[in-house]
Amino acid sequence: MKHDNGFKYFSLSAIWLWLSIFALFPLCLVTLASFLSHDQDSLVRLPFTITNYLNLFNPLHLTLKIFERSFYMAGFCTLICLALGYPFAFLIARLKNSWKNFLILLIIIPFWTSSLIRTYSMMTLLKSKGVINTILLSLHIIDKPLSLLYTDTAVLIGLVYNLLPFMVLPLITNIERLDNQLIDAARDLGANRLTTLIRIILPLTMPGILAGCILVFLPAMTIFYIPDLLGGAKSILLGNVIQSQFLVSQNWPAGSAMSIVLTLLLGFLLIIYWRSKRDKEAGELL
Amino acid sequence: MANNVVELHDVSKSIHNHTILHGINLEVRNGEFLTLLGPSGCGKTTLLRLISGFEDLTTGKIFIDGNDVEGQPPHLRHVHTVFQSYALFPHMTVFENIAFGLRCQKLPKNEIEHRIAEVLKIVKLEKYIQRKPDQLSGGQQQRVAIARAIVNRPLVLLLDEPLSSLDYRLRKTMQLELKQLQRKLGITFIFVTHDQEEALSMSDRVVIMHEGSIEQIGTPRQVYEEPQNLTVAKFIGEVNQFDSEIIAIDGKRVTVDIQGKRRIAKTGRTFSIGEKVHVLVRPEDLRVWGQSEVEDTSDMFPGVVEEVIYKGTTVDLMVRLSNNTLVASTQFFDEDDDRLEYAMGEPVWTTWLSGWEVVLPYET
Repeated sequence: MKHDNGFKYFSLSAIWLWLSIFALFPLCLVTLASFLSHDQDSLVRLPFTITNYLNLFNPLHLTLKIFERSFYMAGFCTLICLALGYPFAFLIARLKNSWKNFLILLIIIPFWTSSLIRTYSMMTLLKSKGVINTILLSLHIIDKPLSLLYTDTAVLIGLVYNLLPFMVLPLITNIERLDNQLIDAARDLGANRLTTLIRIILPLTMPGILAGCILVFLPAMTIFYIPDLLGGAKSILLGNVIQSQFLVSQNWPAGSAMSIVLTLLLGFLLIIYWRSKRDKEAGELL
Repeated sequence: MANNVVELHDVSKSIHNHTILHGINLEVRNGEFLTLLGPSGCGKTTLLRLISGFEDLTTGKIFIDGNDVEGQPPHLRHVHTVFQSYALFPHMTVFENIAFGLRCQKLPKNEIEHRIAEVLKIVKLEKYIQRKPDQLSGGQQQRVAIARAIVNRPLVLLLDEPLSSLDYRLRKTMQLELKQLQRKLGITFIFVTHDQEEALSMSDRVVIMHEGSIEQIGTPRQVYEEPQNLTVAKFIGEVNQFDSEIIAIDGKRVTVDIQGKRRIAKTGRTFSIGEKVHVLVRPEDLRVWGQSEVEDTSDMFPGVVEEVIYKGTTVDLMVRLSNNTLVASTQFFDEDDDRLEYAMGEPVWTTWLSGWEVVLPYET
């Protein structure tokens, strides 16, 4: 037992150390920077100020608008992922083991290539002389190229493509655990397919749905290279703004303030999720 | 057809060219407690799923209350299933679970409440109406599953090994409870189990299944005391098997030759002289005597005690006979023999009362 404890403390403290140095400390720096003033030469300087936060709510800076737009985009992307991913995950989870493992492997294989490179390859599909337009033109389905690239649609396609596995994988694990006898029982009691789906299957797979939505929504808010590459100058999302504050305008305090607000917002969403989960568990224990 | 609530005519079921059930004929009488008994993989659960409508027949016909139910979905068949794991909806309260079927039928609210109150009283769960399934004990969950099925007033209740996940003591209690419940409700129960003791103690009739066929249908006493073949005899309880030959026939009395000794046996079957047979003796019918206790050993078989197992109410012996077969004997404490002390390696004589054996045609 003593040996086990030693191992436990070692691995726990290693993780704590790692996270403190590479996650907590940078976060503190960002928080600090968000309260400092902007300076062209040394990036940040004293005095402390809250102007960076006030500027976020300044209508002239359009930050709130972009926040709202990003929120909608991420939400829309999450909904599409859920609509596409749920039936897909359901089918996979109900398959025999050998097929299931093969299909899950197919979902995971794209991860072996950098998502940035996959997004570039998306561009070759979508651009005006790209694969999709060439095929459609040669089949005479359209007579002039569709403008797919550099639209919100392209950004959505890119986001959904990149994030769909994050929806599907937690759903599969959750649906797998669903007892077949429950579906049989619902049928036995006279429930039709729709009733079984709404009253039995959806409520019981809700943890998977919520987990999948969070895993899709959070990155969808912040991935900057997808709107950058596929949306062009027209489609600016929060991730892009933060990135350009740091790398283009060199305004670290403004970028930090945005990051902090975004972090707080996402943290708030997580807390809501945990609360709903905990309340449910507490309710079950009563 | 008023007497038979369910009838199966020549029912078979194949999946991927593999026959799971062949030529099943079965009549289930109204109000009886019928048990499908067999080892796992014998097709008993498949048979249940054919009756409930979860699986389609390959050939044959099933009649429920006189109607051919081919193509009918489960809920229109007036049968309901209690599943092995109970399949209670974990996110719903006891009330919501039981109400589920009634709500699917779109019954009025007060009717639903009235009927739920009624069944909760029958299964004695009135206090637990707002609990979730995981706040109930195994036995209580079982009762909710039964309540959820009977609230729909089925003609037949199908129970798929509902006691197999309970521990021994609770299982005993639930066996009794189920039996009492069935009498009170007067609903036909078709109960699936692989536990022969459970089948014998609960059923009006037992259907013994083996490799997709019915081996015997009868009352618990019939299947235990008059097994139709070796499979049934070996599956229901323990049995000692002596291979022998018919030497003489005198009406219902036949003389058999067992290990060179002649014994008279009683049988209802017809045999011919010289026919090879199995003579079966249950362990509780096999007597074991010490060397000093007997005088006439002309119809007894010598052996050596190999194992003595004290079980409280009985003492079980394993005796190695002189031809090297091992037989089991269960000795009861009674006024003749209140000590029942045997030593391992002790030479003994084994015998049984003439007429207590079962003679079956030889099977290879």
